[in-house]
Amino acid sequence: MFDWMMNLYSSLPTVMQILIGIQLIVIPLMLAVAYTTFAERKVIGYAHVRVGPNRVGPRGWLQPIADALKLLTKEVILPTNANRFLFLSAPVLTIAPALAAWAVIPFFEGGALADVNAGLLYLLALTSLGVYGIIIAGWASNSKYALLGSLRSAAQLVSYEIAMGFALVGVLMAAGTLNVGGIVEAQSGSIYHWFLLPLLPLFFVYFISGIAETNRAPFDVAEGESEIVAGFHVEYSGMAFAVFFLAEYANMILISALVAILFLGGWLSPFQGILPQAAFDLPVIGALLGHGIHWFLFKTAVFLFAFLWFRATFPRYRYDQIMRLGWKVLIPVTILWLFVEGVLVAFNVGPWFA
Amino acid sequence: MKALRRYLKSFLFFELLLGLRLTGRYLLSRKFTVQYPDEKTPMSPRFRGLHALRRYPNGEERCIACKLCEAVCPALAITIESEERADGTRRTTRYDIDLFKCIFCGFCEEACPVDSIVETHIFEYHFENRGEQIMTKDKLLAIGDRFEKEIAEARAVDAPYR
Repeated sequence: MFDWMMNLYSSLPTVMQILIGIQLIVIPLMLAVAYTTFAERKVIGYAHVRVGPNRVGPRGWLQPIADALKLLTKEVILPTNANRFLFLSAPVLTIAPALAAWAVIPFFEGGALADVNAGLLYLLALTSLGVYGIIIAGWASNSKYALLGSLRSAAQLVSYEIAMGFALVGVLMAAGTLNVGGIVEAQSGSIYHWFLLPLLPLFFVYFISGIAETNRAPFDVAEGESEIVAGFHVEYSGMAFAVFFLAEYANMILISALVAILFLGGWLSPFQGILPQAAFDLPVIGALLGHGIHWFLFKTAVFLFAFLWFRATFPRYRYDQIMRLGWKVLIPVTILWLFVEGVLVAFNVGPWFA
Repeated sequence: MKALRRYLKSFLFFELLLGLRLTGRYLLSRKFTVQYPDEKTPMSPRFRGLHALRRYPNGEERCIACKLCEAVCPALAITIESEERADGTRRTTRYDIDLFKCIFCGFCEEACPVDSIVETHIFEYHFENRGEQIMTKDKLLAIGDRFEKEIAEARAVDAPYR
């Protein structure tokens, strides 16, 4: 059965193969996004000692479907003085990079849609492109709150982009390649070969600036519902709003996946190099212990949970404190650690830089 | 030294980890949500809900139109008009409570010398049209007739404390 499907797949023209690959990534991703919203409401509910949504379907499992249907049937309101073209293209500009970035993510060994050599550069470019959607949405809405929200988020994204870029520089210094699959390969060996330990400060910097980059709590000044209503998407309703929503959660999942790939060795198993080889030869348990997509998904889910946990815990940063953290804490830390790392690489300190 | 320690603490996310531990503990603790329409919390016999006018066991209405409730009502929600009936007793011809004005303080029940106007345990009701919030004498008597058993029980339970 599997061979027959693989034969059929390889007999298709390349365009069809790519289209099928895109479907295989985007459809599970959209489902993951829907259930991330559900998980968020459940996690925050549990942190509030509530039970969260549990009325739609068994234990509330149909809640995201109901939410999507509700938003689909709602009217998309175009403000009278809004720039119609930009107003409607802003959600598309936000979600397109969030989805396109998944093209270079390796889900398992050789399991990336496009095995680009400059994959990390591509990721950096696309994750920063998302800010255009937010700025355009804020400007095209012709609303004070939307404009303020988009200005805030633009300033925030520009500041954290630098720290994020520097953290990635650290990763590629250690890996010696820009290819995302190659970065994971460079971490193979054992759990101590992952970049988590040698690049610990960069890991924290990357995750923090990742949270800021996705405009999530505690860096959600772009939305700031207690200050500027809903920020850049006040004027959006119905499906146009839903697209922003999808983009935000797709970005969250993307950042979690990137942290898992860049610092925790993506699909690599944490038991590799620790358990004896015999353990990996066991019929079912061996497959679970060994490398595979399940480790990648598990690591991503852990960071996704961290996103929700942070939202349930931390109050929103004040605007000037966000700027202080970005410029005066994160960037110096990354520069310092890049220097330390450079020294380690120059003197071939093992096992990472040997 | 103190400054250094503070610096180190903020760099190691000390306070943030404390916060995460706190929310993490609540995340795992038992939830005390009451699934309202399926489960209900226990209700005191002193609960002050929708109003009712009661009758004596022989079917005669208790209200003697003394207007004490109208006088004590802090929200001026009660309007009473009265006349002398053929048998010489004074009775109300109109007894209106505007539920939009009413603050459910229970003073009318306290003031009533014949335990006529009472506040019942009913709180799940709604209005669909303007004007329905005025509880007329007929509506109040109807509620009293329908829930007389519960009303009397609640009064009996609370009697020792009055």
